[in-house]
Amino acid sequence: MGWYIGRRLLQMVPVFFGATLLIYALVFLLPGDPILALFGDKPVSETARATLTAQYNLDKPFIVQYLLFLKGIFTLDFGQSFSGQPVIDQITRAFPVTIKLAVVAFVIEAVFGIAFGFIAGLRRGGIFDSTVLFLSLIVIGIPVFVLGFVGQYFVGVKWGIVRSTVGGDPSLVDLLLPGTVLGALSFAYVLRLTRNSVAEGLSADHVRTATAKGLSRPRVMTVHVLRNSLIPVVTFLGTDLGALMGGAVVTEGIFNVPGVGNLLYQSVIRQEGPTVVSVVTILVLIYLVANLVVDLLYAVLDPRIRYV
Amino acid sequence: MSEPTTGRHAQPGGAVVRPGQERFVAPLEETPLAAVDAVDESAPTGGLFSDAWKQLRKRPIFIVASFIILVLVVVSLFPSWFTSTNPRFVDLSVALQGPSAAHPLGVTRGGTDVYARLIYGARASVSVGILTTIMVVVFGGVVGALAGFYGGWLDAILSRIADIFFALPLILGAIVLLQTIKSRNVVTVALTLALFGWPQVARIMRGAVLQVRSNEYVTAAKSLGLSRMATLVRHVVPNALGPVIVVATISLGTFIAAEATLSFLSLGLPPNIVSWGGDISNARATLRTDPMILLWPSIGLSITVLSFLMLGDALRDALDPKGRTR
Amino acid sequence: MSPQNAPSAPVDRSKPLLEVRDLEVDFTSGGRAVHAVRKANFTVYPGQTVAIVGESGSGKSTSAMAVIGLLPGSGKVVGGQILFDGKDIAHASHREYVSLRGTHIGMVPQDPMSNLNPVWNIGFQVKEAIEANGIAKGAAAKKRAIEVLGEAGLGDAARRYRQYPHEFSGGMRQRALIGIGLASRPRLLIADEPTSALDVTVQRGILDHLDSLTADLGTAVLLITHDLGLAAERAEHLVVMYKGQVVESGPALEILQDPRHPYTQRLVAAAPSLASRRMQSSHRAAIVEQAEVRAEQVHEQVAAATPVAVPDAPTSDVIEVQGLTKEFVIRGAGVRGEKLRAVDDVNFAVRRGTTLAVVGESGSGKSTVAQMVLNLLPATSGKVLFDGVDITTLDRKQQFAFRRRVQPIFQNPYGSLDPSWSIYSSVEEPLRVHGVGDAKSREARVRDLLDKVSLPQSSLRRYPNELSGGQRQRVAIARALALQPEVVVCDEAVSALDVLVQGQILRLLNDLQAELGLTYLFITHDLAVVREIADDVVVMQKGRLVEHASVDQVFTSPQQEYTKALLEAIPGGSLQLGA
Repeated sequence: MGWYIGRRLLQMVPVFFGATLLIYALVFLLPGDPILALFGDKPVSETARATLTAQYNLDKPFIVQYLLFLKGIFTLDFGQSFSGQPVIDQITRAFPVTIKLAVVAFVIEAVFGIAFGFIAGLRRGGIFDSTVLFLSLIVIGIPVFVLGFVGQYFVGVKWGIVRSTVGGDPSLVDLLLPGTVLGALSFAYVLRLTRNSVAEGLSADHVRTATAKGLSRPRVMTVHVLRNSLIPVVTFLGTDLGALMGGAVVTEGIFNVPGVGNLLYQSVIRQEGPTVVSVVTILVLIYLVANLVVDLLYAVLDPRIRYV
Repeated sequence: MSEPTTGRHAQPGGAVVRPGQERFVAPLEETPLAAVDAVDESAPTGGLFSDAWKQLRKRPIFIVASFIILVLVVVSLFPSWFTSTNPRFVDLSVALQGPSAAHPLGVTRGGTDVYARLIYGARASVSVGILTTIMVVVFGGVVGALAGFYGGWLDAILSRIADIFFALPLILGAIVLLQTIKSRNVVTVALTLALFGWPQVARIMRGAVLQVRSNEYVTAAKSLGLSRMATLVRHVVPNALGPVIVVATISLGTFIAAEATLSFLSLGLPPNIVSWGGDISNARATLRTDPMILLWPSIGLSITVLSFLMLGDALRDALDPKGRTR
Repeated sequence: MSPQNAPSAPVDRSKPLLEVRDLEVDFTSGGRAVHAVRKANFTVYPGQTVAIVGESGSGKSTSAMAVIGLLPGSGKVVGGQILFDGKDIAHASHREYVSLRGTHIGMVPQDPMSNLNPVWNIGFQVKEAIEANGIAKGAAAKKRAIEVLGEAGLGDAARRYRQYPHEFSGGMRQRALIGIGLASRPRLLIADEPTSALDVTVQRGILDHLDSLTADLGTAVLLITHDLGLAAERAEHLVVMYKGQVVESGPALEILQDPRHPYTQRLVAAAPSLASRRMQSSHRAAIVEQAEVRAEQVHEQVAAATPVAVPDAPTSDVIEVQGLTKEFVIRGAGVRGEKLRAVDDVNFAVRRGTTLAVVGESGSGKSTVAQMVLNLLPATSGKVLFDGVDITTLDRKQQFAFRRRVQPIFQNPYGSLDPSWSIYSSVEEPLRVHGVGDAKSREARVRDLLDKVSLPQSSLRRYPNELSGGQRQRVAIARALALQPEVVVCDEAVSALDVLVQGQILRLLNDLQAELGLTYLFITHDLAVVREIADDVVVMQKGRLVEHASVDQVFTSPQQEYTKALLEAIPGGSLQLGA
């Protein structure tokens, strides 16, 4: 197990450097004036230009720029937004909200996804299975922002069940609708993954042997079928945390949830390039950490991995 | 004839045969003896792909999805067959007017015809989707095939590079890149999506190639003196293509959705290109009063993405190696 | 009835424990019913071992699974009765079956690798069987589980209890599965090919153990097997199934000595463990002579084609292996990794026109030797001489020429043909790669090859998934012969096939050898097969060559302990049959 963790950590290192370098290069190494790019369509004042040049060390060689950028990441110094606020302050303020939202979305997709997927898998080919499979396909097919607007219009505007936009310091109830929208796509994936994995598990030899031992059906289905099916599902759920962050850009934007996604959304709309780069970098780092956690979780779930 | 020594037979001299265990020989005519391992010459012939086709033809989900996709392609190629209204023609005097004979789906706030924009918007979505998928399949497919087949350091390097690109979620990566690109059009958007989309295809291809590579027919090809490259191209890639086709089909839908999302964030196609994502974004302002203006492009977009997903789902059942009769 | 029947409990041994009457099982596939079992009858008495013998698809496993209510997929009992202890259980409810399984009817499955749940430790999986059947709970169940593991022949049971399946060898897993099957002291144990996935020596140990355990406990055993020799050795009553029907049943020895149904006769004749001699192709000497003539021709061609110095005349030892050694680095927990000597200083020679069998159990290094002879794997040290030339020194062009003269046939009939290529393309490929003839002459050659392996011409347009395992193997033989090689390396070429098909392929290989003067290097784990095809035998164990002798010597007077153990382990070997 120790070796496994060590190897994973080691593999993480080049990916970390590679990914941060990639982000940095995308902004600063492409042909054209990076400062103009960061400002979008807005006019660039001389002082702003000087500030940005200093912040990104654009007068230094590229590799130095990148290393200083890395240093900024490690010291949590992400520079300032155009309004003069440190980006890290904005992020720390927005973060708790996003975590709350992600938790809501995560619980919805995990609980309902696994439950529905389990039942569908047990009754493969039945009416429940076919219905749920088709509905999940539709959920996957509808882009998240369309789902957001439809939800906002019907639940928020037309029926008036919840507030259509969230605003500052939301409660868990406020986040129910955006959380559902955010988790919908992954819910459908979790459902299908669980369903396939359970359906496949049902025909596994060891499940037949468990039945032959004289175990009751509920016990076989939970202890032997579901337990084994959870391995790929949990793996997916872990990596999905990263996707939730990405999806949050749109969802938080639509519902005006003051989280990290919204911060990114607003920065994109206002064309605040430096903030976009910083927020994306942080989200990617979170994504990488989530991946690592999944790998470790995988080792816990599957004893075969521990000794490799 | 000597007596057996094994314990269970310890019933010397003419064992007592118990009821139900008397000697029984089935009459021959009941189970005529067939020749050992004869080829059933009457069975129809067909390869893997023709088998898959036979199976697909009977699936309603496949027929429906293919039909929608066919319609979409025709609409994108010849939008003028379906409407004579110019989607960019602005008539502010009828802005936000409901459906009428001249404007079957109404008019947007900006005074353009909703139906015409719905028709013309298909082209942007479909072309970005197809273009991105082609690039992703070609590049990701080649990288995955080389990494999986040659293994060793080549695999290590290519896989790490793929990991790095994989660490940037599609939308996030595209946001960073597109905000720095000023001249956005179908090609640049497709290129951006492909840049962050190829590792998935590469991973799938690599996995499939690894699986195929261990087959004995690959070793047999080597023992024939076939070169490594020829083995890869002739024997390995064709058999590893199934899962890639499935993922490519599904990804096509995902890329279309991603393009719309980016256009919605005003980072995708510029306003002068008619696109569903952009129209949805523009219709936000009138969501409370005229939701249908937002709904039409949303429906178009969702049906398009959905049909590619359905097609991928049907293909998975037909092409997935697990489902093949062995 | 208490589940913990002591063997001494008064059991009426004259009343049948299990009576299967006119059993019919159907599977539905694509809306059509397929009759997997038709009107099958058999009876098992308490404490008795009854074997059902048949090939794959004969319905033997399906019949047994119907008894324990575990028919797979769409399988359904559509007729007849299954009387267990006098009660019909053919249509018993879920509940009734749950109380029957484990306590009254136990099962030992076929493949030890896939039949234990990989995510739970062994102890957990034994303990839950004990608890589910109400024998003990909690700490008592754990204590009992450890006893069960010990009983099944696993040493240090307390430690084994905590281990996971992947830490067990195949034999150990099968012992754990036997422990689980017998944990609740069932009166009937269904053993479905319990050892066919294991090495022969391991197989024998486990079967002996199972025999003595069930004898002690008074458990009746319904043994499902494809191996007639094994069935006859272990069971007193035999049931032979063919195409879903019982074609013959009766006392084991009687059937063996006097098979009456033509199918049984065929099976007895083909059973490799019972058969006697090398299939005599009447003119052995002529084959060798022909092989040498052919070698002379090829030799001249090669000498003409390559400017490199070639020995003056073909050698009579077409392949010579000298001090061949192969080390693998195992990637394990550790930076360096350990070295494993898969092949350790092996020496042998293969005479032209003869068959040398390399025999060994899993891990003996026999397949690694084959790979090195085929020049697919570089040797760590030592040499492989082909026709007097060290094959590792060949340049690209010579290597290409070498490939033409040595061809392989592999084990897995499902993996040895490219599924996306038609049979025609597969067989033609070698000709195309080596630029032999034009399209028309190649087609004629392919048709001729198909005749040689007795496949109808109509199979040319077919794809591998439409052919059976034996037919695919024949295609693989045709492909291997396309280039008219001198040596064919058969790596477990018949191991995956049913007995009758196996016999057929072996005969085909023998005939082809006679016709074309081929030399075979025949890699196998199955000593019984060796007797039918080989002239000389090399026995390998853990990478080392243990014994090298002629077939007759090996079978009549084996010199080494290991060879003797292998011979004794051949199931049915102890049985003597009347002429």
